[in-house]
Amino acid sequence: MLYDTLIAPVAEFEFMRRALVGTFALALGAPPIGVFLMLRRMSLIGDAMAHAILPGAAIGFMIAGLSLFAMAGGGLIAGLIVALGAGLISRSTQIKEDASLAAFFLISLALGVTIVSVKGSNVDLLHFLFGSVLAMDDPTLMLIVGIASVSLVALALIWRPLVLECVDPGFLRSVSRAGGPAHIAFLALVVMNLVGGFQALGTLLAVGIMMLPAVISRFWARDITGMIGVAIGSAAVSGYAGLLVSYHLNLPSGPGIVLVAGALYAVSVVAGPAGGLIWLALPQRHLEA
Amino acid sequence: MTEQLKFRNLTLGYDRHPAVHHLDGAVRTGSLTAVVGPNGAGKSTLFKGVVGVIKPLAGRIERNGVRPQDIAYLPQVAEIDRSFPISVYDMVAMGLWRGKGLFGGIGAKDRDTVEGALAAVGLTGFEQRPIGTLSGGQMQRMLFARLLLQDARVIVLDEPFNAIDTKTCADLLLLVRRWHSEQRTVLAAMHDMELVKANFPESLLLAREPVAWGATADVLTPENMLKARRMCEAFDEQAQACVVAA
Repeated sequence: MLYDTLIAPVAEFEFMRRALVGTFALALGAPPIGVFLMLRRMSLIGDAMAHAILPGAAIGFMIAGLSLFAMAGGGLIAGLIVALGAGLISRSTQIKEDASLAAFFLISLALGVTIVSVKGSNVDLLHFLFGSVLAMDDPTLMLIVGIASVSLVALALIWRPLVLECVDPGFLRSVSRAGGPAHIAFLALVVMNLVGGFQALGTLLAVGIMMLPAVISRFWARDITGMIGVAIGSAAVSGYAGLLVSYHLNLPSGPGIVLVAGALYAVSVVAGPAGGLIWLALPQRHLEA
Repeated sequence: MTEQLKFRNLTLGYDRHPAVHHLDGAVRTGSLTAVVGPNGAGKSTLFKGVVGVIKPLAGRIERNGVRPQDIAYLPQVAEIDRSFPISVYDMVAMGLWRGKGLFGGIGAKDRDTVEGALAAVGLTGFEQRPIGTLSGGQMQRMLFARLLLQDARVIVLDEPFNAIDTKTCADLLLLVRRWHSEQRTVLAAMHDMELVKANFPESLLLAREPVAWGATADVLTPENMLKARRMCEAFDEQAQACVVAA
Protein backbone atom coordinates (compact mmCIF):
# COMPACT_ATOMS: atom_id res chain seq x y z
CA MET A 1 0.00 0.00 0.00
CA LEU A 2 2.68 2.44 1.08
CA TYR A 3 4.84 1.08 -1.73
CA ASP A 4 2.05 1.67 -4.25
CA THR A 5 1.60 5.22 -3.07
CA LEU A 6 5.17 6.36 -2.63
CA ILE A 7 7.53 4.16 -4.63
CA ALA A 8 5.65 2.44 -7.44
CA PRO A 9 4.93 5.46 -9.63
CA VAL A 10 8.61 6.34 -9.68
CA ALA A 11 9.82 2.76 -10.02
CA GLU A 12 7.48 1.94 -12.89
CA PHE A 13 7.56 5.02 -15.07
CA GLU A 14 10.65 6.52 -16.56
CA PHE A 15 9.10 9.96 -17.01
CA MET A 16 8.49 10.03 -13.25
CA ARG A 17 12.12 9.15 -12.55
CA ARG A 18 13.31 11.86 -14.90
CA ALA A 19 10.97 14.36 -13.35
CA LEU A 20 12.24 13.39 -9.91
CA VAL A 21 15.90 13.79 -10.89
CA GLY A 22 15.10 17.15 -12.44
CA THR A 23 13.21 18.46 -9.43
CA PHE A 24 15.88 17.23 -7.01
CA ALA A 25 18.53 19.05 -9.03
CA LEU A 26 16.40 22.17 -8.99
CA ALA A 27 15.91 21.69 -5.25
CA LEU A 28 19.68 21.70 -4.72
CA GLY A 29 20.48 24.75 -6.82
CA ALA A 30 17.60 27.20 -6.54
CA PRO A 31 16.61 27.36 -2.84
CA PRO A 32 20.01 28.61 -1.53
CA ILE A 33 19.78 31.41 -4.10
CA GLY A 34 16.26 32.09 -2.88
CA VAL A 35 17.46 32.34 0.72
CA PHE A 36 19.91 35.07 -0.24
CA LEU A 37 17.27 36.87 -2.30
CA MET A 38 14.98 36.81 0.72
CA LEU A 39 17.67 38.02 3.13
CA ARG A 40 18.50 40.86 0.77
CA ARG A 41 14.80 41.78 0.61
CA MET A 42 14.84 40.93 -3.09
CA SER A 43 12.16 38.22 -2.96
CA LEU A 44 10.04 39.75 -5.70
CA ILE A 45 13.04 40.37 -7.90
CA GLY A 46 13.24 36.63 -8.58
CA ASP A 47 9.73 36.91 -9.98
CA ALA A 48 10.62 39.84 -12.17
CA MET A 49 13.74 38.07 -13.45
CA ALA A 50 11.78 34.93 -14.28
CA HIS A 51 9.59 37.00 -16.55
CA ALA A 52 12.57 38.75 -18.06
CA ILE A 53 13.72 35.35 -19.30
CA LEU A 54 10.54 34.76 -21.27
CA PRO A 55 11.09 37.00 -24.30
CA GLY A 56 14.61 35.62 -24.75
CA ALA A 57 13.36 32.06 -24.66
CA ALA A 58 10.51 33.04 -26.98
CA ILE A 59 12.89 34.54 -29.53
CA GLY A 60 14.93 31.35 -29.37
CA PHE A 61 11.70 29.44 -30.01
CA MET A 62 10.82 31.72 -32.91
CA ILE A 63 14.17 31.08 -34.57
CA ALA A 64 14.68 27.38 -33.89
CA GLY A 65 11.35 25.97 -32.69
CA LEU A 66 11.22 23.88 -29.53
CA SER A 67 14.99 23.54 -29.33
CA LEU A 68 16.39 23.34 -25.82
CA PHE A 69 19.56 25.24 -26.52
CA ALA A 70 17.96 28.04 -28.49
CA MET A 71 15.39 28.57 -25.75
CA ALA A 72 17.75 28.17 -22.80
CA GLY A 73 20.40 30.30 -24.49
CA GLY A 74 17.90 33.01 -25.39
CA GLY A 75 16.53 33.00 -21.85
CA LEU A 76 20.00 33.14 -20.35
CA ILE A 77 21.04 36.07 -22.52
CA ALA A 78 17.84 38.03 -21.91
CA GLY A 79 17.98 37.36 -18.17
CA LEU A 80 21.63 38.35 -17.89
CA ILE A 81 21.08 41.57 -19.83
CA VAL A 82 18.22 42.57 -17.55
CA ALA A 83 19.99 41.47 -14.34
CA LEU A 84 23.29 43.14 -15.10
CA GLY A 85 21.60 46.23 -16.50
CA ALA A 86 19.38 46.64 -13.46
CA GLY A 87 22.28 45.85 -11.13
CA LEU A 88 24.55 48.40 -12.77
CA ILE A 89 21.83 51.06 -12.82
CA SER A 90 21.04 50.58 -9.14
CA ARG A 91 24.73 50.62 -8.20
CA SER A 92 25.53 53.77 -10.11
CA THR A 93 22.32 55.78 -9.58
CA GLN A 94 19.84 56.44 -6.80
CA ILE A 95 17.17 54.20 -8.36
CA LYS A 96 16.59 51.04 -6.34
CA GLU A 97 16.89 47.71 -8.06
CA ASP A 98 13.25 46.72 -7.50
CA ALA A 99 11.99 49.87 -9.20
CA SER A 100 13.93 49.28 -12.40
CA LEU A 101 13.02 45.59 -12.45
CA ALA A 102 9.31 46.20 -11.88
CA ALA A 103 9.12 47.79 -15.31
CA PHE A 104 10.83 44.85 -17.03
CA PHE A 105 8.50 42.38 -15.36
CA LEU A 106 5.32 43.38 -17.21
CA ILE A 107 6.95 44.35 -20.50
CA SER A 108 8.82 41.06 -20.71
CA LEU A 109 5.83 38.90 -19.90
CA ALA A 110 3.65 40.65 -22.48
CA LEU A 111 6.38 40.55 -25.11
CA GLY A 112 7.15 36.88 -24.50
CA VAL A 113 3.51 35.77 -24.63
CA THR A 114 3.01 37.75 -27.82
CA ILE A 115 6.02 36.21 -29.56
CA VAL A 116 5.07 32.66 -28.58
CA SER A 117 1.44 33.16 -29.64
CA VAL A 118 2.39 34.51 -33.04
CA LYS A 119 4.73 31.64 -33.78
CA GLY A 120 3.25 28.66 -31.93
CA SER A 121 0.08 27.09 -30.61
CA ASN A 122 -1.69 27.34 -27.27
CA VAL A 123 0.06 24.15 -26.20
CA ASP A 124 3.42 25.83 -26.78
CA LEU A 125 2.25 28.79 -24.75
CA LEU A 126 1.24 26.54 -21.85
CA HIS A 127 4.66 24.90 -22.04
CA PHE A 128 6.30 28.30 -21.75
CA LEU A 129 4.15 29.50 -18.92
CA PHE A 130 3.98 26.37 -16.79
CA GLY A 131 6.79 24.13 -18.00
CA SER A 132 6.61 20.41 -18.70
CA VAL A 133 8.25 18.64 -15.82
CA LEU A 134 6.98 15.23 -17.00
CA ALA A 135 8.49 15.53 -20.48
CA MET A 136 12.16 16.20 -19.81
CA ASP A 137 14.63 14.60 -22.21
CA ASP A 138 18.30 13.88 -21.56
CA PRO A 139 19.70 17.26 -22.68
CA THR A 140 17.16 19.09 -20.53
CA LEU A 141 18.11 17.01 -17.50
CA MET A 142 21.79 17.58 -18.18
CA LEU A 143 21.17 21.29 -18.38
CA ILE A 144 19.28 21.39 -15.07
CA VAL A 145 21.80 19.18 -13.27
CA GLY A 146 24.68 21.19 -14.72
CA ILE A 147 23.14 24.45 -13.57
CA ALA A 148 22.62 23.07 -10.07
CA SER A 149 26.25 21.92 -9.88
CA VAL A 150 27.67 25.18 -11.16
CA SER A 151 25.50 27.20 -8.86
CA LEU A 152 26.46 25.23 -5.73
CA VAL A 153 30.17 25.57 -6.50
CA ALA A 154 29.85 29.25 -7.36
CA LEU A 155 27.88 29.92 -4.21
CA ALA A 156 30.63 28.32 -2.14
CA LEU A 157 33.20 30.55 -3.84
CA ILE A 158 31.35 33.83 -3.31
CA TRP A 159 29.89 32.86 0.08
CA ARG A 160 31.87 35.23 2.29
CA PRO A 161 31.42 38.44 0.31
CA LEU A 162 27.78 37.57 -0.34
CA VAL A 163 26.98 37.08 3.34
CA LEU A 164 28.98 40.12 4.33
CA GLU A 165 27.35 42.31 1.73
CA CYS A 166 23.97 41.42 3.22
CA VAL A 167 24.86 41.93 6.85
CA ASP A 168 27.48 44.67 6.82
CA PRO A 169 28.15 46.18 3.39
CA GLY A 170 30.20 49.02 4.85
CA PHE A 171 32.67 46.60 6.40
CA LEU A 172 32.93 44.61 3.19
CA ARG A 173 33.72 47.76 1.22
CA SER A 174 36.41 48.64 3.73
CA VAL A 175 38.24 45.29 3.57
CA SER A 176 37.71 44.09 0.03
CA ARG A 177 36.73 44.95 -3.49
CA ALA A 178 34.94 41.61 -3.90
CA GLY A 179 31.46 42.99 -3.16
CA GLY A 180 30.69 44.18 -6.68
CA PRO A 181 31.87 41.07 -8.55
CA ALA A 182 30.14 38.83 -5.98
CA HIS A 183 26.90 40.73 -6.46
CA ILE A 184 27.08 40.35 -10.23
CA ALA A 185 27.96 36.67 -9.96
CA PHE A 186 25.00 36.25 -7.65
CA LEU A 187 22.62 37.87 -10.14
CA ALA A 188 24.00 35.57 -12.83
CA LEU A 189 23.25 32.61 -10.57
CA VAL A 190 19.69 33.84 -10.11
CA VAL A 191 19.22 33.94 -13.88
CA MET A 192 20.84 30.53 -14.44
CA ASN A 193 18.64 28.86 -11.86
CA LEU A 194 15.55 30.48 -13.26
CA VAL A 195 16.47 29.22 -16.73
CA GLY A 196 16.80 25.76 -15.20
CA GLY A 197 13.50 26.10 -13.39
CA PHE A 198 11.92 27.46 -16.56
CA GLN A 199 12.48 24.12 -18.33
CA ALA A 200 10.58 22.23 -15.65
CA LEU A 201 8.09 24.69 -14.21
CA GLY A 202 7.72 27.41 -16.83
CA THR A 203 8.14 31.13 -16.52
CA LEU A 204 5.31 31.64 -14.07
CA LEU A 205 6.25 28.95 -11.58
CA ALA A 206 10.07 28.71 -11.84
CA VAL A 207 10.33 31.16 -8.96
CA GLY A 208 8.18 28.84 -6.84
CA ILE A 209 10.90 26.31 -6.18
CA MET A 210 13.33 29.15 -5.46
CA MET A 211 11.39 31.43 -3.14
CA LEU A 212 8.85 29.25 -1.33
CA PRO A 213 11.49 26.96 0.24
CA ALA A 214 13.48 30.05 1.20
CA VAL A 215 10.54 31.61 2.99
CA ILE A 216 9.71 28.26 4.63
CA SER A 217 13.27 28.01 5.96
CA ARG A 218 12.97 31.28 7.86
CA PHE A 219 10.39 29.63 10.14
CA TRP A 220 12.61 26.66 11.01
CA ALA A 221 16.18 27.90 11.36
CA ARG A 222 17.85 30.90 12.96
CA ASP A 223 21.18 30.96 11.13
CA ILE A 224 21.86 31.04 7.44
CA THR A 225 23.49 27.61 7.17
CA GLY A 226 20.48 25.98 8.79
CA MET A 227 18.12 27.98 6.62
CA ILE A 228 19.78 26.79 3.45
CA GLY A 229 19.59 23.19 4.67
CA VAL A 230 15.89 23.53 5.45
CA ALA A 231 15.24 25.27 2.12
CA ILE A 232 16.91 22.50 0.12
CA GLY A 233 15.12 19.82 2.14
CA SER A 234 11.69 21.39 1.80
CA ALA A 235 12.20 21.94 -1.94
CA ALA A 236 13.13 18.28 -2.42
CA VAL A 237 10.13 17.13 -0.37
CA SER A 238 7.86 19.47 -2.36
CA GLY A 239 9.23 18.08 -5.61
CA TYR A 240 8.74 14.46 -4.61
CA ALA A 241 5.35 14.92 -2.94
CA GLY A 242 4.16 17.22 -5.71
CA LEU A 243 4.97 14.68 -8.39
CA LEU A 244 3.19 11.91 -6.47
CA VAL A 245 0.12 14.03 -5.82
CA SER A 246 -0.10 15.02 -9.45
CA TYR A 247 0.32 11.38 -10.50
CA HIS A 248 -2.33 9.98 -8.19
CA LEU A 249 -4.86 12.76 -8.56
CA ASN A 250 -4.14 13.36 -12.23
CA LEU A 251 -3.23 17.02 -11.71
CA PRO A 252 -0.69 19.11 -13.62
CA SER A 253 2.76 18.44 -12.12
CA GLY A 254 4.39 21.87 -12.03
CA PRO A 255 1.54 23.49 -10.15
CA GLY A 256 1.37 20.35 -7.97
CA ILE A 257 4.98 20.82 -6.86
CA VAL A 258 4.50 24.49 -6.13
CA LEU A 259 1.22 23.81 -4.30
CA VAL A 260 2.90 21.27 -2.01
CA ALA A 261 5.58 23.88 -1.28
CA GLY A 262 2.75 26.31 -0.60
CA ALA A 263 1.19 23.85 1.85
CA LEU A 264 4.54 23.47 3.62
CA TYR A 265 4.72 27.24 3.78
CA ALA A 266 1.29 27.44 5.40
CA VAL A 267 2.28 24.81 7.97
CA SER A 268 5.52 26.71 8.66
CA VAL A 269 3.79 30.03 9.17
CA VAL A 270 1.51 28.40 11.72
CA ALA A 271 3.83 25.92 13.44
CA GLY A 272 7.43 26.79 12.55
CA PRO A 273 9.59 26.88 15.68
CA ALA A 274 11.31 30.13 14.65
CA GLY A 275 8.48 32.61 14.91
CA GLY A 276 5.47 30.46 13.90
CA LEU A 277 2.07 31.84 14.84
CA ILE A 278 1.08 29.24 17.45
CA TRP A 279 4.27 29.86 19.42
CA LEU A 280 3.47 33.53 19.50
CA ALA A 281 -0.15 32.87 20.50
CA LEU A 282 0.54 30.25 23.18
CA PRO A 283 0.99 31.74 26.61
CA GLN A 284 4.51 30.77 27.66
CA ARG A 285 6.13 31.59 30.98
CA HIS A 286 9.12 33.82 30.54
CA LEU A 287 12.53 32.45 31.42
CA GLU A 288 14.55 33.16 34.52
CA ALA A 289 17.42 34.81 32.65
CA MET B 1 58.17 61.41 13.82
CA THR B 2 56.61 59.90 10.72
CA GLU B 3 53.23 60.87 9.39
CA GLN B 4 50.74 58.06 8.89
CA LEU B 5 48.08 60.09 7.08
CA LYS B 6 48.56 63.28 5.15
CA PHE B 7 45.66 65.36 3.85
CA ARG B 8 46.62 67.64 1.00
CA ASN B 9 44.00 70.32 0.30
CA LEU B 10 41.47 67.52 0.66
CA THR B 11 37.86 68.06 -0.34
CA LEU B 12 35.36 65.24 0.09
CA GLY B 13 31.64 65.31 -0.55
CA TYR B 14 28.59 64.16 -2.41
CA ASP B 15 27.20 65.43 -5.71
CA ARG B 16 30.05 67.96 -5.93
CA HIS B 17 28.91 69.55 -2.64
CA PRO B 18 31.81 69.51 -0.20
CA ALA B 19 31.26 67.87 3.21
CA VAL B 20 34.94 68.24 4.09
CA HIS B 21 36.46 71.35 2.55
CA HIS B 22 40.15 72.12 1.93
CA LEU B 23 41.61 70.04 4.73
CA ASP B 24 45.38 70.19 5.08
CA GLY B 25 47.44 68.46 7.72
CA ALA B 26 48.87 65.21 8.94
CA VAL B 27 48.15 62.50 11.48
CA ARG B 28 51.31 61.27 13.18
CA THR B 29 52.06 57.56 13.31
CA GLY B 30 50.94 56.19 16.65
CA SER B 31 48.85 59.21 17.57
CA LEU B 32 45.40 59.07 19.16
CA THR B 33 43.17 61.75 17.69
CA ALA B 34 39.56 62.66 18.39
CA VAL B 35 37.66 64.15 15.47
CA VAL B 36 35.01 66.44 16.91
CA GLY B 37 32.44 68.80 15.47
CA PRO B 38 28.68 69.25 15.13
CA ASN B 39 26.47 66.83 13.19
CA GLY B 40 27.07 67.31 9.50
CA ALA B 41 30.58 68.59 10.13
CA GLY B 42 32.05 65.94 7.83
CA LYS B 43 33.49 63.53 10.41
CA SER B 44 31.97 60.41 8.83
CA THR B 45 32.76 61.72 5.37
CA LEU B 46 36.39 62.23 6.31
CA PHE B 47 36.59 58.67 7.61
CA LYS B 48 34.98 57.27 4.49
CA GLY B 49 37.62 59.11 2.53
CA VAL B 50 40.42 57.76 4.73
CA VAL B 51 39.28 54.14 4.24
CA GLY B 52 38.73 54.71 0.53
CA VAL B 53 34.95 54.23 0.41
CA ILE B 54 34.52 57.61 -1.30
CA LYS B 55 36.93 59.33 -3.63
CA PRO B 56 38.12 62.89 -3.01
CA LEU B 57 36.43 65.63 -5.03
CA ALA B 58 39.75 67.42 -4.95
CA GLY B 59 43.12 67.09 -3.27
CA ARG B 60 44.38 63.79 -1.94
CA ILE B 61 45.06 61.54 1.03
CA GLU B 62 48.51 60.02 1.47
CA ARG B 63 48.53 56.93 3.65
CA ASN B 64 52.26 56.33 3.98
CA GLY B 65 52.20 52.91 2.34
CA VAL B 66 49.10 51.56 4.07
CA ARG B 67 46.43 50.36 1.64
CA PRO B 68 42.91 51.67 2.31
CA GLN B 69 41.62 48.13 2.82
CA ASP B 70 44.24 47.54 5.54
CA ILE B 71 42.73 50.29 7.68
CA ALA B 72 40.35 48.94 10.34
CA TYR B 73 37.09 50.87 10.13
CA LEU B 74 34.18 50.95 12.55
CA PRO B 75 31.22 52.42 10.65
CA GLN B 76 28.13 53.76 12.38
CA VAL B 77 25.94 50.93 13.68
CA ALA B 78 23.09 51.91 11.40
CA GLU B 79 24.80 50.27 8.42
CA ILE B 80 24.45 46.77 9.86
CA ASP B 81 21.41 44.63 9.05
CA ARG B 82 20.73 43.27 12.51
CA SER B 83 17.96 40.96 11.30
CA PHE B 84 20.45 38.94 9.27
CA PRO B 85 20.77 35.39 10.67
CA ILE B 86 24.45 35.31 11.53
CA SER B 87 26.09 34.43 14.86
CA VAL B 88 28.28 36.68 16.97
CA TYR B 89 31.18 34.28 16.40
CA ASP B 90 30.93 34.40 12.59
CA MET B 91 30.56 38.15 12.61
CA VAL B 92 33.69 38.59 14.74
CA ALA B 93 35.63 36.07 12.66
CA MET B 94 35.10 38.34 9.64
CA GLY B 95 37.81 40.46 11.23
CA LEU B 96 40.30 37.86 9.99
CA TRP B 97 39.46 38.82 6.40
CA ARG B 98 42.76 40.55 5.69
CA GLY B 99 44.72 37.38 6.49
CA LYS B 100 42.17 34.88 5.17
CA GLY B 101 40.61 36.61 2.19
CA LEU B 102 37.81 34.96 0.30
CA PHE B 103 38.83 31.36 0.70
CA GLY B 104 41.31 30.97 3.57
CA GLY B 105 40.33 28.35 6.15
CA ILE B 106 39.82 29.14 9.84
CA GLY B 107 42.01 26.75 11.85
CA ALA B 108 42.36 25.92 15.53
CA LYS B 109 44.79 28.79 16.07
CA ASP B 110 42.40 31.25 14.45
CA ARG B 111 39.56 29.96 16.62
CA ASP B 112 41.69 30.69 19.68
CA THR B 113 42.29 34.20 18.37
CA VAL B 114 38.56 34.75 17.89
CA GLU B 115 37.83 33.43 21.40
CA GLY B 116 40.55 35.73 22.75
CA ALA B 117 39.01 38.76 21.07
CA LEU B 118 35.56 37.86 22.40
CA ALA B 119 37.02 37.51 25.90
CA ALA B 120 38.80 40.87 25.58
CA VAL B 121 35.48 42.64 24.99
CA GLY B 122 33.61 40.60 27.59
CA LEU B 123 31.44 38.59 25.20
CA THR B 124 32.56 35.08 26.14
CA GLY B 125 29.50 32.85 26.06
CA PHE B 126 27.79 34.88 23.34
CA GLU B 127 29.40 32.96 20.45
CA GLN B 128 26.27 31.34 19.03
CA ARG B 129 23.84 34.18 19.70
CA PRO B 130 22.31 35.72 16.56
CA ILE B 131 23.47 39.32 16.26
CA GLY B 132 19.87 40.52 16.34
CA THR B 133 19.57 39.51 20.02
CA LEU B 134 22.40 41.77 21.18
CA SER B 135 21.83 45.03 23.01
CA GLY B 136 23.37 48.23 21.67
CA GLY B 137 26.34 47.96 24.01
CA GLN B 138 26.93 44.28 23.27
CA MET B 139 26.76 45.05 19.58
CA GLN B 140 29.50 47.64 19.96
CA ARG B 141 31.60 45.19 22.00
CA MET B 142 31.23 42.66 19.20
CA LEU B 143 32.38 45.18 16.61
CA PHE B 144 35.39 46.06 18.74
CA ALA B 145 36.25 42.35 18.90
CA ARG B 146 36.20 42.31 15.11
CA LEU B 147 38.47 45.37 15.06
CA LEU B 148 40.89 43.58 17.39
CA LEU B 149 41.15 40.70 14.92
CA GLN B 150 41.86 43.07 12.06
CA ASP B 151 45.17 43.85 13.73
CA ALA B 152 45.50 47.03 11.69
CA ARG B 153 48.15 49.76 11.95
CA VAL B 154 45.51 52.43 11.41
CA ILE B 155 42.13 52.25 13.15
CA VAL B 156 39.22 54.56 12.34
CA LEU B 157 36.22 54.63 14.71
CA ASP B 158 33.03 56.44 13.64
CA GLU B 159 31.21 57.54 16.80
CA PRO B 160 32.23 54.42 18.74
CA PHE B 161 30.71 55.48 22.07
CA ASN B 162 27.33 56.78 20.97
CA ALA B 163 24.42 55.56 23.12
CA ILE B 164 26.71 53.31 25.14
CA ASP B 165 26.56 53.04 28.94
CA THR B 166 29.52 54.16 31.05
CA LYS B 167 30.72 50.63 31.88
CA THR B 168 30.81 49.55 28.23
CA CYS B 169 32.37 52.85 27.28
CA ALA B 170 35.11 52.42 29.90
CA ASP B 171 35.81 48.83 28.76
CA LEU B 172 36.07 49.86 25.13
CA LEU B 173 38.24 52.87 25.95
CA LEU B 174 40.70 50.44 27.52
CA LEU B 175 41.01 48.78 24.11
CA VAL B 176 41.55 52.14 22.44
CA ARG B 177 44.31 52.95 24.95
CA ARG B 178 45.83 49.53 24.32
CA TRP B 179 45.96 50.26 20.59
CA HIS B 180 47.54 53.62 21.37
CA SER B 181 50.21 51.98 23.54
CA GLU B 182 50.91 49.53 20.70
CA GLN B 183 51.80 52.53 18.49
CA ARG B 184 48.77 52.09 16.27
CA THR B 185 47.31 55.25 14.74
CA VAL B 186 43.76 55.77 16.01
CA LEU B 187 41.15 58.29 14.79
CA ALA B 188 37.76 58.49 16.50
CA ALA B 189 34.73 60.68 15.82
CA MET B 190 33.49 61.87 19.20
CA HIS B 191 30.67 63.94 20.68
CA ASP B 192 31.43 63.66 24.41
CA MET B 193 33.96 66.42 25.10
CA GLU B 194 34.72 65.18 28.62
CA LEU B 195 35.72 61.79 27.19
CA VAL B 196 37.87 63.51 24.59
CA LYS B 197 39.64 65.68 27.16
CA ALA B 198 40.29 62.70 29.43
CA ASN B 199 41.45 60.22 26.82
CA PHE B 200 42.55 61.78 23.55
CA PRO B 201 45.87 63.68 23.47
CA GLU B 202 45.04 65.27 20.13
CA SER B 203 41.90 66.60 18.50
CA LEU B 204 40.73 67.79 15.11
CA LEU B 205 37.77 70.17 15.30
CA LEU B 206 35.92 69.94 12.03
CA ALA B 207 33.01 71.99 10.74
CA ARG B 208 33.20 71.09 7.08
CA GLU B 209 36.40 73.13 7.13
CA PRO B 210 39.05 72.44 9.74
CA VAL B 211 38.60 74.84 12.66
CA ALA B 212 41.50 73.73 14.82
CA TRP B 213 43.87 70.78 14.99
CA GLY B 214 46.46 69.93 17.62
CA ALA B 215 46.73 69.22 21.35
CA THR B 216 43.23 68.66 22.72
CA ALA B 217 43.46 71.42 25.32
CA ASP B 218 44.32 73.97 22.62
CA VAL B 219 41.63 72.79 20.23
CA LEU B 220 38.58 72.47 22.47
CA THR B 221 38.45 76.09 23.57
CA PRO B 222 35.06 77.86 23.89
CA GLU B 223 35.94 80.21 21.00
CA ASN B 224 36.74 77.33 18.68
CA MET B 225 33.56 75.45 19.65
CA LEU B 226 31.44 78.52 18.95
CA LYS B 227 33.12 79.01 15.61
CA ALA B 228 32.42 75.40 14.66
CA ARG B 229 28.76 75.70 15.61
CA ARG B 230 28.21 78.71 13.36
CA MET B 231 29.21 76.88 10.20
CA CYS B 232 26.01 76.11 8.36
CA GLU B 233 25.05 72.49 7.80
CA ALA B 234 22.82 72.50 4.74
CA PHE B 235 24.00 72.09 1.18
CA ASP B 236 23.49 75.23 -0.83
CA GLU B 237 21.80 74.12 -4.04
CA GLN B 238 22.86 77.34 -5.74
CA ALA B 239 26.49 77.04 -4.68
CA GLN B 240 28.99 78.18 -7.26
CA ALA B 241 32.02 76.16 -8.22
CA CYS B 242 34.70 76.61 -5.57
CA VAL B 243 37.67 78.65 -6.79
CA VAL B 244 40.00 78.54 -3.79
CA ALA B 245 43.47 77.97 -5.22
CA ALA B 246 45.01 74.59 -4.46
